[in-house]
Amino acid sequence: MSDIILEMKGITKTFPGVKALENVNLKVRKGEIHALCGENGAGKSTLMKVLSGVYGHGTYEGDIIFEGKTCEFKDIKDSEELGIVIIHQELALIPYLSIAENIFLGNERQKGGIIDWNETLQRTQGLLDKVGLSESPNTLVTNIGVGKQQLVEIAKAFSKRVKLLILDEPTAALNEDDSENLLELMLGFKSQGISCIIISHKLNEIAKVADSVTILRDGQTIETLDMHKDAVTEDRIISGMVGRDLTHRYPERQPKIGEVTLEVKDWNVYHEHHADRKMIDNVNLNLRRGEIVGIAGLMGSGRTELAMSIFGKSYGKNISGTLIKDGKEIRNNDVTQAIKNGFAYVTEDRKNYGLILLDDIKRNISLTGLEKLTKSTVVNEHEEVLVAEDMRNQMKIKTPNILQKTSNLSGGNQQKVVLGKWIFSGPDILILDEPTRGIDVGAKYEIYTIINRLADEGKSILVISSELPEILGICDRIYVMNAGQITGEVERAEATQEKLMTYMTKHKAKV
Amino acid sequence: MSSITKPVKGSDKDKGSVFSRLFKGNIRQYGMIIALVFIMLLFEILTGGLLLKPINITNLILQNSYILVLAIGMVLVIITGHIDLSVGSIAAFVGAISAIFMVNWQMNPVLAVILSIVIGGLIGAWQGFWVAYVRIPAFIVTLAGMLLFRGLTMVVLEGQSISPFPNGFQKISSGFVPDFTNAATNIVAIIAGIALSVLYIVTELRNRASQRKYNFATGSQGLFIAKLIAVVAIINLFTFVLASYAGIPTILVLLFLLIIIYSFVMNKTVMGRHVYAIGGNEKAAGLSGVKTKKVTFWVFVNMGVLAAISGLIFAARLNAATPRAGTNFELDAIAACFIGGASASGGIGTVFGAIIGGLVMGVLNNGMSLVGLGIDWQQGIKGLVLLLAVAFDIYNKNKGNTAS
Repeated sequence: MSDIILEMKGITKTFPGVKALENVNLKVRKGEIHALCGENGAGKSTLMKVLSGVYGHGTYEGDIIFEGKTCEFKDIKDSEELGIVIIHQELALIPYLSIAENIFLGNERQKGGIIDWNETLQRTQGLLDKVGLSESPNTLVTNIGVGKQQLVEIAKAFSKRVKLLILDEPTAALNEDDSENLLELMLGFKSQGISCIIISHKLNEIAKVADSVTILRDGQTIETLDMHKDAVTEDRIISGMVGRDLTHRYPERQPKIGEVTLEVKDWNVYHEHHADRKMIDNVNLNLRRGEIVGIAGLMGSGRTELAMSIFGKSYGKNISGTLIKDGKEIRNNDVTQAIKNGFAYVTEDRKNYGLILLDDIKRNISLTGLEKLTKSTVVNEHEEVLVAEDMRNQMKIKTPNILQKTSNLSGGNQQKVVLGKWIFSGPDILILDEPTRGIDVGAKYEIYTIINRLADEGKSILVISSELPEILGICDRIYVMNAGQITGEVERAEATQEKLMTYMTKHKAKV
Repeated sequence: MSSITKPVKGSDKDKGSVFSRLFKGNIRQYGMIIALVFIMLLFEILTGGLLLKPINITNLILQNSYILVLAIGMVLVIITGHIDLSVGSIAAFVGAISAIFMVNWQMNPVLAVILSIVIGGLIGAWQGFWVAYVRIPAFIVTLAGMLLFRGLTMVVLEGQSISPFPNGFQKISSGFVPDFTNAATNIVAIIAGIALSVLYIVTELRNRASQRKYNFATGSQGLFIAKLIAVVAIINLFTFVLASYAGIPTILVLLFLLIIIYSFVMNKTVMGRHVYAIGGNEKAAGLSGVKTKKVTFWVFVNMGVLAAISGLIFAARLNAATPRAGTNFELDAIAACFIGGASASGGIGTVFGAIIGGLVMGVLNNGMSLVGLGIDWQQGIKGLVLLLAVAFDIYNKNKGNTAS
């Protein structure tokens, strides 16, 4: 148990202008689950890329010692040969190939260039049994959910005789059930003597499965904690990550709630492609001035579909129902109209729907509110710089300058840019869809502070989140959704996780 | 400024990286200009000084104008993430229609030109409709358009060439801005050079003053003046060269106006921003309130209009409308955009870059012809230049990316 399978010594990795890792040390024992914690941009992913050979030998300083031998990986193939397999945050499966084809992609069971399908299918079946996935090996990956896709990735790792499995944010896109399964699976691997490194922002999961935790901050190792010996609590890990004690994970706020600003009445939405599937079923809700309202619900409960259909009919077909803002009936027929009506929608998928990653911070911030910077269709670029600088200071976006490409920012900073862009457009009603997904604790706190400030300025805010503690921590009132319907409405004072959970799984009787 | 991340050592180092980033960005921008200058010098030597003779410079402009006009429209299409394969056929079709108007029907040339341009716009609208609203990939829509309009050209011309065009119309691509004296050197060209220099200096000074007003860091005074002098020298040298042959070609005025207008639109206006935003991330742009379909549609309408103008210039230069006119124009225009740094996946590219790319191709064509290289070798070399230019660009981008 105590012998070391992997040691990384004095790893230093510099990018032009930035020291991403500075003298980082990491020791992983055989057969343990080792968690790697740190804020976004702390260097976790970079460290794993060094380990797996994405950044080959020679591009960094320091030594990697695996099973007692110093290794010089030139690329991923080298590290995989020794049994180090990394599963990235963004799944690398090919949607229109079958599970079996995906698992043996690049590693085909073949004789003289001809694929042996019998062996492929048979071995796939064995691997699927191992990870507990009951799907046919011939199923196309596009037809299974994200949770199952994650299992396929793990099965793929097992097809390669894995000794050290690295999981980068494995549960970020999974719902509670799937996350639970995955963690169970990891514990199973541990009993088979496979070592795991897990990167996760979900500290409750780490507390549940990890044997030890290494904390990185600003590219340096802060400490390694033994989960069994030291008295490690979630707050203990957080204070290591941010370098200060976080007494409250959610900032204090005295809500000043005013009159009703938005009413959504009898809202119905059908599926974009399957016209007979009702995605949103007779939803009624309201928002008040200065109020933060949450929508809780499992994935697929229709939360995002509801938000996007309200925001300029960006989702769905045959949308019916009324929107009443400040006592007057309004129409949001397209996004432009919704923005004019004072709506803003911060998407759950900032990379694909929120940002133009090719562009810099400045241009992303100004995009929605461009008219404000415009005189007879000419953009005043000097004014634009001032606006972007102002947002950067307000939102505390950590960047050398506003000309930085948004693709180079960490998740938390990207999210701040998206928020900044919508704040600049000057909305009264903000819909925030998973505003803190994949963001570290420190940045989360800053985003909550911004949300509170917006509410105090008299805006109405609708927050969609999968994390119940977050909903409970920041919302004044909570709607719960399931299967396209609102199944419950709970005031903050009465809300508990258990209560929300019951509503989330409850089915309203069909009227 | 903000001192959140790296309180002590941060500020200075960050400034350094900003500077080096700016510098790096500029080197990529100027890379193609340097390549162009290099190619010009190479052929200047190989041709024994023929390339930069006033008559040849004038020729270069006349020969390449119609490709450059297409390249301006094409770079917009490419920035939105599409492609247009039909522009050569559209140019031929519009040229044929204009010949029917002017030669067969004896229509007033001005009216005929306007009508032809409107037809170009309508063709663009037709393609834009399929691409933007029906969401058929532009490659397919414009491949169909390429066949369709080539076919229609042959139909309306009944397989024959139509000529000659009225004199006034021919002047579009062979005329010069008239001079008011009979001096050996063209006074109008010299005056235009001086006027442009003054205009340039005034805009730069105003821009700098405005930067000061907003308290932005302005570059060093010395560098600024050096830049002004260099640009003014180039402008006046160029107009002087033109003046010592026949003056300013009419087509150069048109080209110049198009470049200025389109650069302005793409850099300074909301419309330009929206075009870049769509190319960068169409979904995100849509959710930010950009009317993606409408903008895409108008980009294709614009391409149709410019293709029509290009077709008219070509017909005027040839003084005939022929069924095979405009063959491979689309490929030259697309190559110009990519040599000029546009990205095949959209979101990146500049009008200025496309023009430089077009000139690189033009100088290569012209230079190789002067040297006496056969058309076979010319094609091959141009292909290699395209490949190498894009490879160079991608190599640079990758180098830039690892900095993240």
